Amino acid sequence: MSSIPHDHATGHAEEPPHAHDDHAHGPHGGIMRWVTTTNHKDIGTLYLCFSLIMFFVGGIMALTIRAELFEPGLQIVHPEFFNSMTTLHGLIMIFGAIMPAAVGFANWMIPMLIGAPDMAFARMNNWSFWLLPPAVILLGVSFFVPGGAAAGGWTLYPPLSTQAGMGMDLTIFAIHIMGASSIMGSINIITTILNLRAPGMTLMKMPLFCWTWLITAYLLVAVMPVLAGAVTMLLTDRHFGTTFFNAAGGGDPVLFQHVFWFFGHPEVYILILPAFGIISSIIPTFARKPLFGYASMVYAVAGIAILSFIVWAHHMFTVGMPAAGLLFFMYATMLIAVPTGVKVFNWLATMWKGEMTFEAPMLFAIGFLFLFTLGGFTGLVLAITPVDIQLQDTYYVVAHFHYVMVAGSLFAFFGGTYYWIPKWTGTMYDERLGKLHFWGSMIFFNITFFPMHFLGLAGMPRRIPDYAQQFADWNMVASIGALGFGLSQLIFLYAVIKCIRGDGAKAPAKPWDGGDTLEWTLPSPPPYHTFETPPVIR
Amino acid sequence: MNVALQKSNRALLMKLGFVVIAMFGFGYALVPFYEKICEVTGLRNIAQADESKSTQVDYARTVRVEFDANVRKLPWTFRPLEAIAGVHPGEVRQVMYEIVNTTDRPMTGQAIPSYAPMQAARYFSKLECFCFSRQTLQAGEKRQMPVVFVIDPALPKDIPTITLSYTFFEVEGGGADGKS
Ligand SMILES: [Cu+2]
Repeated sequence: MSSIPHDHATGHAEEPPHAHDDHAHGPHGGIMRWVTTTNHKDIGTLYLCFSLIMFFVGGIMALTIRAELFEPGLQIVHPEFFNSMTTLHGLIMIFGAIMPAAVGFANWMIPMLIGAPDMAFARMNNWSFWLLPPAVILLGVSFFVPGGAAAGGWTLYPPLSTQAGMGMDLTIFAIHIMGASSIMGSINIITTILNLRAPGMTLMKMPLFCWTWLITAYLLVAVMPVLAGAVTMLLTDRHFGTTFFNAAGGGDPVLFQHVFWFFGHPEVYILILPAFGIISSIIPTFARKPLFGYASMVYAVAGIAILSFIVWAHHMFTVGMPAAGLLFFMYATMLIAVPTGVKVFNWLATMWKGEMTFEAPMLFAIGFLFLFTLGGFTGLVLAITPVDIQLQDTYYVVAHFHYVMVAGSLFAFFGGTYYWIPKWTGTMYDERLGKLHFWGSMIFFNITFFPMHFLGLAGMPRRIPDYAQQFADWNMVASIGALGFGLSQLIFLYAVIKCIRGDGAKAPAKPWDGGDTLEWTLPSPPPYHTFETPPVIR
Repeated sequence: MNVALQKSNRALLMKLGFVVIAMFGFGYALVPFYEKICEVTGLRNIAQADESKSTQVDYARTVRVEFDANVRKLPWTFRPLEAIAGVHPGEVRQVMYEIVNTTDRPMTGQAIPSYAPMQAARYFSKLECFCFSRQTLQAGEKRQMPVVFVIDPALPKDIPTITLSYTFFEVEGGGADGKS
């Protein structure tokens, strides 16, 4: 290994990039490092920071919603703006916060977990990240055009979306760009996992996080183009005289719902499967036992992914379907509980008789297990067609998907951050802050969203800025909870910034004694280039 | 990165890129597929005459039927000759609509009905309707067309008024083959 400093301008013309094994070779300095980087660790950091910012942007929107709903009546924002808030909160949290966070974890961890030097298409990796900021800028600009930002809900149903103002066009373009970004990211992840594994790292030896992401990436490649098609149809209906969704022209607005949810249901697994992977990394580490039922975990994830393509119409039981259709989608949806149950039982069995300790990552994993399972059960309740027809578009649905998206995906990402941030930054996070963040999130999350079950069962409709008097008490409770949940996230921000600034104990290469995957064989923080010579897999 | 690996990466990129394009097409393929399913299951056969259910006329009850006419991106005038009618459930009733092609060229249009309130649609049978076929009008031509309908006496008592609304839209390229 050469340690002689060398000149970039000369002498290396013959070498393909990264062919030299000079590990002292670091990144460019300054802002251009981040704009031009093709390093998987840098891009992972970019994704994670971006999603953290978007998490707070979407969070402020959520707090605006909860502030308006603190009391019945209209007091803080105009109803149109309220509708934009619910719409953009959904879009930003899904496409700006959760998905980029998952891709950030993938970028940082997948090459290190499979012993690869970098992602397969390093330059495309850079593009897929840098497409995201323009998309978000489009969404931001849409607030200032005539008619305001999209306000018909994140699902963009026509006829509202075909009649809305220019803000809808900007939203459609933003979705196109974010879709392109995640398709490119997925192709990169699939190629990396299939082609770049270190010798001896067979597919069935990969950490489960790689498996869940591999399957997620296939889902993305399959359904993101369908969403792109659906919003393109909206766009041509709006401007180019097509009538896909216009009844007056022989089209049908219900068709949009079918196409959208053909994307939309696999999308919810796109949001949760990487989280499953993180939980499957954390629990064995802190239970100090190998993951129970590894192979069944892989098959369960694949089963969930396949089933996700045949259940979409459970989002639209009220549109008028033949009874046979209702029954099919009801039973198919319930079937998904089987592989999901396999996963939950395997996690529980992994903890069984383990020597468990309860650091912040494990706390979030256990919180995930409780609350995600609860959200899964309310999902089963909603799968029952007659019940769903009663609860369609009520706060019960809002409670359900926040239990699986916030207490599911988000909690897993918090846990994953605490788990791997010592590796990423070389500094241990502040355990006291991590625990405080966990308990704040756990308690206030439930104060916010548990009452929404009651509100929904009592009939409170979602996406409405005002409500009847009888819903006042629980709405006030939920709003107070939301404020507490929002403030708790500042603890997370502080803990992360502390790590980035190196303010804390120096992290050893392997801070968790239960960790046995490849990333722990590298120093903390890992050098800029890792595994340029593949590791030896036992 | 060695050349063989780069080649196999490229190959995978091509394959996945093909899947992406195919799935984009699949989104569009869902459109005719959906229409076919609706046709087969009879969910949306708006261009077909309903069967006449010969039932007792309920003279004790009068339903107010309002007629509404719209055009969409079509320079025609379109109006019902009577705006409101009192109709007994079970009674066969005919109403006339008038369309005028105000342009100086022949044009073809298609009318699509809709109902308010929505649940009234099930109880509203059209035995004859100009909306079952396309209408081709010469330049300046005026045409009067009938709708013959029956309201099912099973119409819930809490629906005193039904609005029947038509929207005419242009069928580019013409042809009066009656298929929508
Ligand atoms: Cu679903």
